[in-house]
Amino acid sequence: MTLLLENVTKRFGEHTAVNNLSLEIPGKEIFGFLGGNGAGKTTTFRMILGLLDKSAGNISWNGEQINYGKSNMIGYLPEERGLYPKLKVKEQIIYLGRLRGMGKQEIVSELEKWLERFKVPEYMDKKVEELSKGNQQKIQFISAVIHKPKLLILDEPFSGLDPVNVEMLKEAVLDVKDSGTSIVFSSHQMDHVEEMCEHLCILQKGKPVVQGALREIKRSFGKKNLIVHADGSLDFLKEFPGVVSYKKVMDGCKLQIKDEEVSQEILQALQGRGFIRKFELEEPSLNDIFIEKVGASYE
Amino acid sequence: MLLMNKFWIIFAHTYLNKIKSRTFIITTALFVLLVIGSVNIQNIVALFSDESKNQIAVIDQTEGLLAPLKLGIENVNEDVEIVAYDGTEEDVKTAVQDGEYEAALTLSLNDEGLPDATYFTNDIANTGLQQAIQEQLQQIKVGIAIEQAGFDEALVLSINEAVSFHTVALDENAKTLEEMFQAQGVVYIMVFLMYIVVIMYGTMIATDVATEKSSRVMELLISSASPVTHMFAKIIGIALVGLTQIGIIVAVAVGVISSQKDELVGGFLDVFGFLDTPTSLIVYGILFFLLGYLLYATLAAMLGSLVSRSEEANQAVTPLMMLIVIAFLIAMFGLTMPDSSFITVTSFIPFFTPMVMLLRVGMLDVPFWEIAMSIGILIATIIILGLLGARVYKGGVLMYSSANPLKSMMKAIQLSKKEK
Repeated sequence: MTLLLENVTKRFGEHTAVNNLSLEIPGKEIFGFLGGNGAGKTTTFRMILGLLDKSAGNISWNGEQINYGKSNMIGYLPEERGLYPKLKVKEQIIYLGRLRGMGKQEIVSELEKWLERFKVPEYMDKKVEELSKGNQQKIQFISAVIHKPKLLILDEPFSGLDPVNVEMLKEAVLDVKDSGTSIVFSSHQMDHVEEMCEHLCILQKGKPVVQGALREIKRSFGKKNLIVHADGSLDFLKEFPGVVSYKKVMDGCKLQIKDEEVSQEILQALQGRGFIRKFELEEPSLNDIFIEKVGASYE
Repeated sequence: MLLMNKFWIIFAHTYLNKIKSRTFIITTALFVLLVIGSVNIQNIVALFSDESKNQIAVIDQTEGLLAPLKLGIENVNEDVEIVAYDGTEEDVKTAVQDGEYEAALTLSLNDEGLPDATYFTNDIANTGLQQAIQEQLQQIKVGIAIEQAGFDEALVLSINEAVSFHTVALDENAKTLEEMFQAQGVVYIMVFLMYIVVIMYGTMIATDVATEKSSRVMELLISSASPVTHMFAKIIGIALVGLTQIGIIVAVAVGVISSQKDELVGGFLDVFGFLDTPTSLIVYGILFFLLGYLLYATLAAMLGSLVSRSEEANQAVTPLMMLIVIAFLIAMFGLTMPDSSFITVTSFIPFFTPMVMLLRVGMLDVPFWEIAMSIGILIATIIILGLLGARVYKGGVLMYSSANPLKSMMKAIQLSKKEK
């Protein structure tokens, strides 16, 4: 159950959208795809799905090419949401489900279960255009997973949702994973990726800048965050050797330091400079890694 | 097997959705009403006109002209009745003003013994009746004048007789004049039908594709079935919608016509030569109709896939509209000059073939190899356009820009390019 991308390149005329991308995406877990706007995430997904042809390279799933013969095993939630606005939810899902090789009865009973789960059973006979954006998103999600795909691609699944719905959808994604589906998802929100993915890849201008297991990535990043809250002035830490960045916060400052050792030196230097209320060493967040790798210009 | 299955799912979805749509039901109902209306036009006109005959009061001071006038007028105008009036001119004028009579006529002989008439009516607008009476009187006058001059009546008859004029086509296979007129009617109807159908259903396909694009459901669709499957399922699904609509209309038409065939023979059926149309012409008509539809439908799907919003679909099909209008104009021109070399040449241009070659087949005796060749070119064009369309479609449905159509098309082809 491995999705393998080997030296995949996509050029649009002069512009190279994806450049020599090689990835090994392990099965039965959630793989995070990060990158700024125009980094090539959607293009990569479209190539995986066969909507776009590769300029070069190879993509395989379980050692086999992905083509329309396999589309019944694949689920897709596109970045640009799209459903028929004039069709009822039921008609809509039946059509899309049948296109993924399901029978009508099966679709209706699965749809009932999902609507129940999302606490919106009354939407069965409503037209999509009558639903709010967040609720349309739920229907869109159902259309991607109703046929129990083996490979599920979610392009920005949580964008535009309120926190309650994000939680609801997150749980659903985790359940789908537990049922044995391999999931690839992209997001702008680092906390979602951090929470859900074991492996990830950060793309920049079509090239992977970071990839691997989340824990490994954090460890090999080296730098740590140090939070210091103290009564006295902490300005001297700006120039302190080993401090990479300095950010003033309400009661003190947040530092990024070269490695763990620096924290001990800082602790010593702080002696006698006033009351220390908080001194905390923490792992770098994915956000820190992303900003450093992709560039501070992108936030 | 799997792909075929998806083809049928998309096909059925397209077909059923269109059949259930309000637009379909309303347009079909309108056409059916139109058919029933035009077949019953005589009855409808009769419904609005007065049931009683128009009476014309005649004060005859000639002794003998009333009878031939009455005979002549009532023969030509069924709903007019000539009645003798015993009274003064003033009385009859009042009667006309009161609406008792449609009009009044005083008839007398002048000094030379020729008829002299005055016509009184409330409404000069209805000149038809007045002219009919005038013509009848003219004939009577000529008759009297000839009699007075002392000519033999038989001689006069032979002078007035129409010249005998026969047209004979020397080419054995050429159509007779009668057949020509008949074919003209049939061809006109077929060409016109093709024109309407291509415009209606071409726009429908383009709008449908553009709508699926603008609602962004397209990306989902083509991730489950290939764009080519999708495009052709859509084209054929909508073709069946069209056939269903035409089928309903034709069934209604046949029903109404056969229920009052007796009244209609000699009426509009003869004018358009519907009775005994040669089977070969009907077969060619259907063939060209289907091929023409496929050609234009493929073009429409391709054009529809290039725009981003359904509102732009009408604009996108403009080139198609221009082609079909030109084809129609050529065919209309060809109805009067079917054997001109211009018509011969254009009948081989695939976009014009369905209409112009059909016209030639109907009006002339076209060698079979010419028909076969034009059909061959047409089918080849459909295949090429289908392949090109599928390429444009595949790229186009993922593209959301508002560049000009030609640029978009190039970009779409590039987007769907295989390697490099």
